Amino acid sequence: MIDFGRRTLWARLGPVSLRLDVRSLAVCAVLAALSLSVALVALASGDFRLSVSEVVSAVLDRQSFAHTIVVDWRMPRVLAALVFGAALGVSGAIFQSLTRNPLASPDIIGFSTGAYTGALLVMVLAGGSYLRVAGGALAGGLATAALVYLLAYRRGVQGFRLIIVGIAVAATLNSFNTWLMLTADLEVAMAAATWGIGSLNDTGWAQAGLGGVVIGVLLLVAVPLARPLRQLELGDDAARARGVAVEPARLALVALGVALTAAVSAAAGPIVFVALAAGQISRRLTRTAGVALAPAAFLGALMLCACDYVAQHVLPTPLPVGVVTVVLGGGYLIWLLIHESRRRL
Amino acid sequence: MSKTAGLVAALVLLVVVVLASIAIGARDIPLPAVLHPTDVTERLIIRDLRFPRTVVGLIVGIALGVSGALIQALTRNPLADPGILGVGPGAAFFVALAVGVFGIGSITGYLWFAFAGALVVTVVVYVIGAAGRRTADPVRLVLAGVALGAVLGGITAAMTLLDPVAFDAMRFWSAGTIADRGLAVVWPVLPFLAIGLILAAIAAAPLNAIALGDDAASALGAHVTRTRVVVVAAVTLLAGGATAIAGPIGFVGLMVPHVARWITGPDQRWILAYTTVLAPILLLTADVLGRVVMRPGEIPVGIVTAFVGAPVLIVLIRRTRVSGL
Repeated sequence: MIDFGRRTLWARLGPVSLRLDVRSLAVCAVLAALSLSVALVALASGDFRLSVSEVVSAVLDRQSFAHTIVVDWRMPRVLAALVFGAALGVSGAIFQSLTRNPLASPDIIGFSTGAYTGALLVMVLAGGSYLRVAGGALAGGLATAALVYLLAYRRGVQGFRLIIVGIAVAATLNSFNTWLMLTADLEVAMAAATWGIGSLNDTGWAQAGLGGVVIGVLLLVAVPLARPLRQLELGDDAARARGVAVEPARLALVALGVALTAAVSAAAGPIVFVALAAGQISRRLTRTAGVALAPAAFLGALMLCACDYVAQHVLPTPLPVGVVTVVLGGGYLIWLLIHESRRRL
Repeated sequence: MSKTAGLVAALVLLVVVVLASIAIGARDIPLPAVLHPTDVTERLIIRDLRFPRTVVGLIVGIALGVSGALIQALTRNPLADPGILGVGPGAAFFVALAVGVFGIGSITGYLWFAFAGALVVTVVVYVIGAAGRRTADPVRLVLAGVALGAVLGGITAAMTLLDPVAFDAMRFWSAGTIADRGLAVVWPVLPFLAIGLILAAIAAAPLNAIALGDDAASALGAHVTRTRVVVVAAVTLLAGGATAIAGPIGFVGLMVPHVARWITGPDQRWILAYTTVLAPILLLTADVLGRVVMRPGEIPVGIVTAFVGAPVLIVLIRRTRVSGL
C-alpha cells in the first residue's frame, strides 16, 4: 500500500476500486450537512414564519396553505441556489485546474462577459422578457466561448494561450458592455446591472426544474472526467504519457465547464465570484495540492444558498444575491488567507 | 533588428501618434498649423484642449504600462493587471463614497478620493498578503487583492444599485477617459507618478534575479523582500495616480507588457523601456480613434483601448513563439 502522506480509505466493488481521502470526505460531509441546514432554515423563513418541523409536515400535507408557501414559492429558489452553486463551484474548479491558475474561472474563456453582452443587447435594443434575456445570454455566452476556443486553437489549445486570448476577447466585450451601459437609459442600465451581478429573485419551478435537470446531467458527466483532469494538472506531456488523450479531454472539460456556467447564467444571470472562491476555499479546507471537484461543488452550493438567505432575509433591503456572494465569499477568503499564515508560523 | 533600433522606431511612432493626437478631432488641424499655429481658434483648441489631453494620455499611458509590467513580473501571473492589488476596486469604492455619501460631483473632487482609495486598499492587501510572514508571497498577494477587491466591489454595487444618482455618476466615471481633464488635474499627481517611475527603475535589475526564484535571487545578492515592497509601492503610486486622473482604464497595463516581453525577451530593464514607449502609443491611438469613430461625438478612451489592443494581442499570441511568465 502506498503512503500518500494523508489518511485514505479504500473501497473495492468488483473491478472498481476507489481511494478516498479522509479529510476531503469529512469536509464534503460537513459542507453537505451545513448546506442542508441552511436550506431548511431558508424554507422556514419569510413573512410567514414556520418551524423546521412545520416545514416537514407542510411538504407532506398537500392540502395545507403552508404547502403552497413552502413547496410552490420557497423551494424552487432554495433548490436553485443549491444546484446553481454546485455548478459554479465545479466549473470554477475545472478552469483553475486546467490552467493551473488560481485566478482562472469560467470568465477567462469569456463566457460570463459574452452572456452579459447578449443579455444587454436584448435589454437595451429589444427590451426583453425573462425568456428573451435568458436566450440572449445563452447565445452570447456560447458564441464567445466558441470564439475564444477557436482563436486559441493552434494544433491544440495550450493553457497560456487560452488565458491570453480569453483576456483579449473578454476585455473587448467588457468595453462594449460599458459603452452599451453609457448609451442606455438610466432605468434600463440599472436593471441590466442587477441582472449582470446575478439574482435569484425571479426563480420559480420553471427555472429551477429545467436548470436542475440540465446541471444534474452535467455533474454526472463530470465524474468520469475528474481523473483526466488530475492528470492534466501534471502537464500535457506527463498526462499523455499516462494514457490521457489530451486534446479531447481538455475540450470535453472546457465544454463541461462552459455548459455548467451557461445553465446558471441563463437562469439567474452571471452570479460572480462563486466559481473563483469555491475552488480556492475548498482547496484550503481539504488541504489538497490541486483544486478538487467534489468539495468545490459542495462549497459552491453552501455559499450560494447561505448568501441567498442573507440577501433575502438578513439585509434591510433585499439585494441581488451576487452582491452578497462577493462580499461574504471575499471576506471569508481574506480570513482564510490570514488564518492560514498564522497556522504555519 | 536590434533592441535599440526597435526602441528608436517605437519612439518615432510615439511622436507621430502625439502629433496625430494634437491634429485630429472634431475640428481637424493641418500638420503645419500644429507646429506653428497662426489661427486664433486653432491656437486655443491646441492650448486648452488637445495639448493637455495629449499630455494626460502620455502620462497615464506610461504609468499604466509600467505598473502592469511590474505587477506581472512580481506575480508571474499573465492574468495580473495593475488593478489586481486592489487599486481599481479601492478607487471605485472611494469615488462611490464621494458621490453617494458626500455628494461630490466634480472630477477634481473625485481625484483625491480615488487616489486615497487606491493607496489605502493596496496597503491593506499587502498587509493581508504578508500576514504573519517576513515577505508577501505573490500568490497570496494576488488572492488577497482579488478577495478584497471583490468585497469592495460588492459594497460599491450595493451602494450604487440603491442610489440612482450614484449609479449614474459611477457608470460614467468607470468608463475611463482622458478628455476634459486638463493639466490642473495632472500637476498634483505628477510627483507621485515620478516617484513611482524612479522606484520602477530601481526594481528592474533585482526583478531579473527574482525571476530565478527567491533562493537564487538571495544568493545573487538581491534583496527579495525589499524589492517586493518597492515594486508594490511603485505599482500603487503609478496605477493609483493613473486611475485618479483618468478613471479605471483597463487592458493597457495587461496587454502592453506581454507584447513588450515577446519583443525583448525576459530582461525586465528592456521590458520596462519598451513598455514606457508602447503603452502611451496604444492609449493615444485609442483616444484618437475614439474621437474619429462617432464624429462629432466621442467614445471614452477606456472603452476603445480594448478594441484597438485585443486584435493585436490575439494575432501576436497566434503567430509568435511566445514566452510565458
